Amino acid sequence: MELLSKAPEGPLAEKWDKHKFNVKLVNPANKRKYDVIVVGTGLAGAAAAASLAELGYNVKAFTYHDSPRRAHSIAAQGGINAAKNYQNDGDSVFRLFYDTIKGGDYRAREANVYRLAQVSVNIIDQCVAQGVPFAREYGGLLANRSFGGAQVSRTFYARGQTGQQLLLGAYSALSRQVAYGKVKLYTRSELLDVVVVDGQARGIVTRNLVTGEVQTHASHAVVLATGGYGNVFYLSTNAMYCNATAAWRAHKKGAYFANPCFTQIHPTCIPVSGDYQSKLTLMSESLRNDGRVWVPKTVELAERVRKGEVKPQDIGEDDRDYFLERKYPAFGNLVPRDVASRNAKQMCDEKRGVGASGLAVYLDFADVIKRTSAEAVSQKYGNLFEMYEKITDEDPYKQPMRIYPAVHYTMGGLWVDYNLQTTVPGLYATGECNFSDHGANRLGASALMQGLADGYFVIPSTIGDYLAATPPKPVTTDHPAFAEAKAGVQARTEQLLSINGNKTPDEFHKALGHIMWEYCGMARNAEGLKYAKAEIQKIKKEFWTNVKVVGSNDEMNQALEKASRVADFIELGELMVDDALNRNESCGGHFREEYQTPEGEALRDDEHYAYVAAWEYMGENQPERLNKEELTFENVKLTQRSYK
Amino acid sequence: MNWFTKTFTSSIGRKIIMSLTGLFLCTFLVVHLIGNFQLFKNDDGVAFNVYSHFMGHNPIIRTIEWGLVLGFGFHIYEALMLTTRNKSARSHKYDQFHAEQNSEWTSRNMGILGSIILIFLLVHLYNFFWRARFGTLDPDINKNDDLYKLVVSSFHQWWYVLLYVAAQASLGYHLWHGFRSGFQTLGLNHRKYMPLIKNFGYAFAVIVSAGFASMPLYFFFFTNEKGALLSDMPAVLHQLTLAFN
Amino acid sequence: MAGSNPNAKPMNLTLRVWRQPNRQTEGRIVDYKVKDISPEMSFLEMLDVLNEDLLHQGQDPVAFDHDCREGICGSCDLFINGRSHGPEKGTTTCQLHMRKFKDGDTITIEPWRANSFPVNKDLSVDRSAFDRIIQAGGYVSVNTGGAPDGNEIPIPKDIADRAFEAATCIGCGACVAACKNASAMLFVSAKVSQLALLPQGQVERATRVENMVAQMDIEGFGACTNIGSCAAECPVGISLENIAILNREFLTAKAASNNLA
Repeated sequence: MELLSKAPEGPLAEKWDKHKFNVKLVNPANKRKYDVIVVGTGLAGAAAAASLAELGYNVKAFTYHDSPRRAHSIAAQGGINAAKNYQNDGDSVFRLFYDTIKGGDYRAREANVYRLAQVSVNIIDQCVAQGVPFAREYGGLLANRSFGGAQVSRTFYARGQTGQQLLLGAYSALSRQVAYGKVKLYTRSELLDVVVVDGQARGIVTRNLVTGEVQTHASHAVVLATGGYGNVFYLSTNAMYCNATAAWRAHKKGAYFANPCFTQIHPTCIPVSGDYQSKLTLMSESLRNDGRVWVPKTVELAERVRKGEVKPQDIGEDDRDYFLERKYPAFGNLVPRDVASRNAKQMCDEKRGVGASGLAVYLDFADVIKRTSAEAVSQKYGNLFEMYEKITDEDPYKQPMRIYPAVHYTMGGLWVDYNLQTTVPGLYATGECNFSDHGANRLGASALMQGLADGYFVIPSTIGDYLAATPPKPVTTDHPAFAEAKAGVQARTEQLLSINGNKTPDEFHKALGHIMWEYCGMARNAEGLKYAKAEIQKIKKEFWTNVKVVGSNDEMNQALEKASRVADFIELGELMVDDALNRNESCGGHFREEYQTPEGEALRDDEHYAYVAAWEYMGENQPERLNKEELTFENVKLTQRSYK
Repeated sequence: MNWFTKTFTSSIGRKIIMSLTGLFLCTFLVVHLIGNFQLFKNDDGVAFNVYSHFMGHNPIIRTIEWGLVLGFGFHIYEALMLTTRNKSARSHKYDQFHAEQNSEWTSRNMGILGSIILIFLLVHLYNFFWRARFGTLDPDINKNDDLYKLVVSSFHQWWYVLLYVAAQASLGYHLWHGFRSGFQTLGLNHRKYMPLIKNFGYAFAVIVSAGFASMPLYFFFFTNEKGALLSDMPAVLHQLTLAFN
Repeated sequence: MAGSNPNAKPMNLTLRVWRQPNRQTEGRIVDYKVKDISPEMSFLEMLDVLNEDLLHQGQDPVAFDHDCREGICGSCDLFINGRSHGPEKGTTTCQLHMRKFKDGDTITIEPWRANSFPVNKDLSVDRSAFDRIIQAGGYVSVNTGGAPDGNEIPIPKDIADRAFEAATCIGCGACVAACKNASAMLFVSAKVSQLALLPQGQVERATRVENMVAQMDIEGFGACTNIGSCAAECPVGISLENIAILNREFLTAKAASNNLA
């Protein structure tokens, strides 16, 4: 199938307006005759559900959480970008567009990214109107900060809880529509299949996580807003419930999966402390503005630090290696996320890592405390230092923080066209679950922007194009496709319950995560990826013969939920490896060791790989077929990133 | 229900009535305490009896008295309604519940404290109010009912003194939380003024309860059966009571 | 694997855990032993250890709600040794670490107890009552699209900061769980205060508080008696001042609004 991006022709700045004019509209009186299912109630989902309901569509919103307020959007700390240029520092829609395209290492679609930058300004207005308490200056106007190495201050924030405040804003808009009866809310309901009738998405199959009841729901269109798949790695900064099931089931029903190997590793996370570790906690990137990253100069010294014989604060300047400052004098500790992460890994590979496990580097605030004061540092980072101390029981005012990179965000996801429609007509993907606007690497404070842009401003305009061509006849679950999908879900559940093997779902998940992290993580190579593929296939085989789930379907059964999600993670993991193996270049979050400059930096291959790799599901245990959407760049010049 | 009854049967509405009646009763306590200080006058109760005659016969006071009855009535009624509501909000109790680690004892036991005060109040009303209003008391030298005599004799019974002191301790604790709580319920919590309200409330609780408790203790320990100061009390205390008079 | 602190000694603990198969069936406390618990573990990681053990033995793992494990989503909700989210101040269950306990300790773990929060299973409760309270008015009625410029209405910094502090409520329900009266006033007051402080919330100020309080009462939460357990146990430090603001808002709305119903 040819992948048509449907991005409109014409000058970049006019594309979105032109498109909005050209798409078909649904008559206001007819909107109430259309049912739309929205799966997921994070930023993208809640914003979409609320906005579609405001337009008059009948929305059914689904979340596996107990409340729409809990989605992991809530954990985003830093902020949200918008090209408001309130600071008069030379920002513009084009600059935000340019930064995002470049930051994504030229692997995103120009038209989409420009639209994102355009609507970013509307997002701030909308959120302020909802009562989102953004940080303000003394004059009462909105405050901004610079973030993620951007040269302008365009990041809006609400202390360290921007994601929370934006999500609560979207949640309140959604709640209002629930009160009006325009949104019917289904909590603790997990999508387990997408129903496709005559090639069009017509509904979903869900399982009620409290009663186990499997239900079918019909609609004229289905919007997925189900987040990323970072938990393939087992340990990540994602929440425990984050999973790939919805996207993966959609993929199996015909939606192409794009660039699955593009995953973002965040450099400043609290390191793993033991085998029991269940998740990783991110420390805001802003810490690198003042903290200095270092490891002991010699392996011997590092060894003594690991054993607890030497304290880091007692190590003299001459015995420290501030490796980022040494290697990248221009950017120093502020190099982009992928560069900082890879270098930390390299130090640990050289056995110069610290902490009992040796998988950590120091982030030291002694200098800034000396230069200013502990109070000044506390003003800026107090809550982060507190969080660090709560988790590690170490005081970062007195001894350097230990940090290590962790999986944070997935740029890959379901392939969508300019309308955010997947390759299945009537099935849309928004937010992190689509392959999105971030190319091969996402800039800080852009995830919130994209989720809300898709939900508030894009999908409400584009979904009408599809619905207007669909007759406004009531939809039911009578079609045999519904019964079939439901039976498939039930059969799979029964299979999981009947294996009664020896290993828990978590043990399989950990094994998968280990392989993914080692061979498809911060640095990859063909040999390792091939090994990983073979290992994942082994894990998959063992999973379906040896997984242990107790209890029944007809109850709250968290082990069963987990097993079902892990089964999908395993399959997606294999596709990620395939994609990483296919992409013989290094770009953004994807670093292939075979493709690097003599200085060890990522080496892109624009001639052969300036495309979106969209994978097509071909059936159980069949290799997936690669489809390419060539990326054309008319407005930016492709350059190699350099931070020296 | 119309908006008015809806307002005052809502959880916050009931609390507002609690608070308004509670603060009104605080003003009553002040008046009652100041008036009763006349018991300390070493004049065979003449002044006190004048005062009690006034309180029992002045038409304005008699009218306000009904307000007081309503104040108590609503305070008690709303307390019962709220307690019932609050009990039924958690029918399955915790196995372990350690509220003492996160809150003050008084604030969690207003019901018990209030009940002790209520029992005291009934005894107190029967013994003094009822007998003064509807019973027959001996006249004093001014032909006023000699309530003083009744007070003095009552305060020479150990169990009566004990009940009084226990009740005043309960009242103190009740006010310790209640005073500040009343302001909080009316929404009068401001970071500038709350420390003042809080400290004033604590002082109010201590002064009022200690003031009332001092009366039975004074008569029990320091006076004879007729209310005259004992001559064999320790010299220091003697000086003190004389100075007070 | 050793933790970050090589001297941390593993602990053995006795857990007393509330087990209840579903809403309809009565539950009971069951004792479990867990061994070799690292002080570096979070409380929920300790429960993960228990659950893996149970699963290996073919027993039903303990159901509990959790998600972000960063203290922000508000999912986790355990009543530990008689306290909401356990003994540490300003901390959610997921951010409570085992170093706060000693080897040999007995730990009692119960679900939030309130009739408005029925138990789903074991330690998981249904907090949808909170959602219904927000649906009753915890929003500003603005449709997507027509918003004026974000800087059109300046908001004094201290007002914005106070609104933010109220807005940080994570909706976990610790306030209800800790309150002797199972009152939801702190939760409701946080949202009412946030929107009452901001200029955007003025238009619906009166109806919002009337409707949210009415819904709070319908849900069957207790009334506030100003005990203060809620604010003391709130993991994000929502202050009692908000409840005063709620009372004030309610009183003025009832006195002055045009709503006769």
